[in-house]
Amino acid sequence: MIRGRVWKFGDNISTDHIAPGRYFHLRNNLEELAKHVLEDAMEDFAKKVQKGDIIVAGKNFGLGSSREHAARIIKIAGVSCIVAKSFARIFYRNAINVGLPVIELKEVDEINQGDELEIDLENGVLKNLTTGKEYRFTPIPKFLLEILKEDGIVNYLKKHGSFPRV
Amino acid sequence: MGKTLAEKIFSEHTGRDVKAGEIVLARVDIAMAQDGTGPLMINEFRELGFKEVKVPKAFLFIDHASPSPRKELSNSQKMMREFGKEMGVKVFDAGDGISHQILAEKYVKPGDLVAGADSHTCTAGGLGAFGTGMGSTDVAIIFGLGQNWFKVPETIKVVVNGKLQDGVYAKDIILEIARILGSDGATYKALEFHGSCIENMNVEDRLTISNMAVEVGAKAGLMPSDEKTREFLKKMGREEDFRELKADPDAVYETEIEIDADTLEPLVSLPHYVDNVRKVSEVEKEKIKIDQVFIGTCTNGRLQDLEIALKILEKHGKHPDVRLIVGPASRKVYMDALEKGIIKKFVELGAAVIPPGCGPCVGIHMGVLGDGERVLSTQNRNFKGRMGNPNAEIYLASPATAAATAVTGYITDPRRFI
Repeated sequence: MIRGRVWKFGDNISTDHIAPGRYFHLRNNLEELAKHVLEDAMEDFAKKVQKGDIIVAGKNFGLGSSREHAARIIKIAGVSCIVAKSFARIFYRNAINVGLPVIELKEVDEINQGDELEIDLENGVLKNLTTGKEYRFTPIPKFLLEILKEDGIVNYLKKHGSFPRV
Repeated sequence: MGKTLAEKIFSEHTGRDVKAGEIVLARVDIAMAQDGTGPLMINEFRELGFKEVKVPKAFLFIDHASPSPRKELSNSQKMMREFGKEMGVKVFDAGDGISHQILAEKYVKPGDLVAGADSHTCTAGGLGAFGTGMGSTDVAIIFGLGQNWFKVPETIKVVVNGKLQDGVYAKDIILEIARILGSDGATYKALEFHGSCIENMNVEDRLTISNMAVEVGAKAGLMPSDEKTREFLKKMGREEDFRELKADPDAVYETEIEIDADTLEPLVSLPHYVDNVRKVSEVEKEKIKIDQVFIGTCTNGRLQDLEIALKILEKHGKHPDVRLIVGPASRKVYMDALEKGIIKKFVELGAAVIPPGCGPCVGIHMGVLGDGERVLSTQNRNFKGRMGNPNAEIYLASPATAAATAVTGYITDPRRFI
C-alpha cells in the first residue's frame, strides 16, 4: 500500500522538464542530478518534495528522451508513485525497470495539490483520503508488477535469473 | 491473416508467429548507447554481473557532448572507452558523428531489430528495421543477454500519396503527422508508411520521417524495404545487406491516416511542443525574429539537407543578425560535403561549421541560447529548456525553411526562394 501527499503537474511533462540537458554533466552523479528534478516544470519541487510524496499529472507524462535518469531521479527525490492520465512509452518502461510505480487514472483532474492519497497497486484502487473519493484503475499488468515487487528489473534478474513469466 | 512489418520482424526474432499485443522475448541484432545513457548502461551491465557482450552488433557512441566540454563528461567518456576495450565493443568517438546516422550508413539491414538507449533509435525504421529507444538498464540487459522482452505493437498505417511541391520536404510530412496525431497519438504503437510519395522517396528522406516517429509517441516508424533501400545500401557499399521486406497486403492495422503530398505546405513547429504545428505561410506574417539557425542533427544533417539549405543561402546570402550553425550528421557526410565544396561555401557565408555530432540539440554546448532568444532548428524536439535555456524558444522546420529564415532573419516560407 502506498500513501502520500500530492504534487500536481499538468499535461506533457517531458524528460527535459524532469532532467534538463544543461545538467548533462551530472548524469553519472544521480544524487546531485536529483537536486534539479522537474526544475523546468516547478522550480522549487526538489527542495519541497518529501519522502513518500506522490506525483499526479495529466496526459503523456515523460515524453521525449530515453534518459532513464529521469525516472531514477524522481525516485531518488523520494516520490513513491506517479499517477497520470497517460505515460510516454519509454518513460513508463524505465519507471517499472527502476522500481517506481506508475499508474494510469482517467480522473486525475479530481485530485488536487496537497491531497493525501492511498494506492493499492495490486487491486487497482486509489483512495483520495482528503476528499473521500475512491477510484478504480486498471491494475499494472502482472508481468510488470512482478518486476516492481522486486524494486526493479536489475534486482528481479539477480534474484530470479530470468524475466517474469508472460 | 497477414502481418504488419512489426509483426513480421518480431516473428523472425522470436522464431514463431506473433501478433500485435503479445509480450515476447526477442533476440536483438544491434544494440547501442550514447554518452548520455552509456555510463548508466555500463553500471547496470556490471551490476547484473555480465562478463561478456552477447548482442551480435553492439556499439557505443560519443556524440552528445563531443568533443567533451567539461571534465565530468570527459570522465564518463573515458569510462565508455575503457568498457569498449575490455568488452570488444566499438566506440565511435568525437568527430565520428551521430549514432543513428552511423548505424544507417554502416550497419542497419532491413528486418533488423535495433534497440538503442536513445529515443531516436526509431530512425532505423527508414531502412525497414524495427528500431526502438529504451532506457540504459534495458540496453544493459540486451548487451548481456542478447535479448529482452517486448510488447509487439499495434500499427497505425500512414498513407502518403502524391508528390511534394517545390519547397516542401520530408520534414514537413512528419510535422504534418505530429499535427494530426499529437505528441501522444501513437503511444505504445508503431507507424508504418505507405503510398506513392513514400515509394518515390529516397532513404535519406525516409530516415528524417522515421527519426521523428517517437515525437508522436511511437515505438517505431517503419518504412518498406524496396528498390530505394537497395539504392541506398549500394551507395553505402553494402548492397549485399539488401532484402525486400514489406507488410502483407491483408495485414491488420489499428487505424489509418492519409496525407495528400500534393497540397502539403512548409510547416513549422512552435515552442514548446513538437505537435504545435502551423503553416509557415501563416507564421511568416507575424515576422517572428530568429537569432540563430541550426542546420544539422540526426533528423536533417545529411548531405542533401546541407545542399538544399546551401542552394538558398548561396543565392540570397545570410542576414547579418542571424547566427548560422551547420552540423554534418556524420564523418561521411562531412567528408562528402568537403569534397563537394559545401563546407567552404557555408564558411564563406558566415556559418559556424561544427564537428559531426548532436551539436546544440541537447543543450550542452556549441549553440546554447541566451535569455529571450529564438532558434529555428532542423532538429526533432523543441521542449522547454531543450537547448540549454528554459528562457529561450525553439522552432522546428525543414532545412529549406531554416535557410530561408537565415536569409531574412524571421520565419520565412522557402517557396519564394526556390
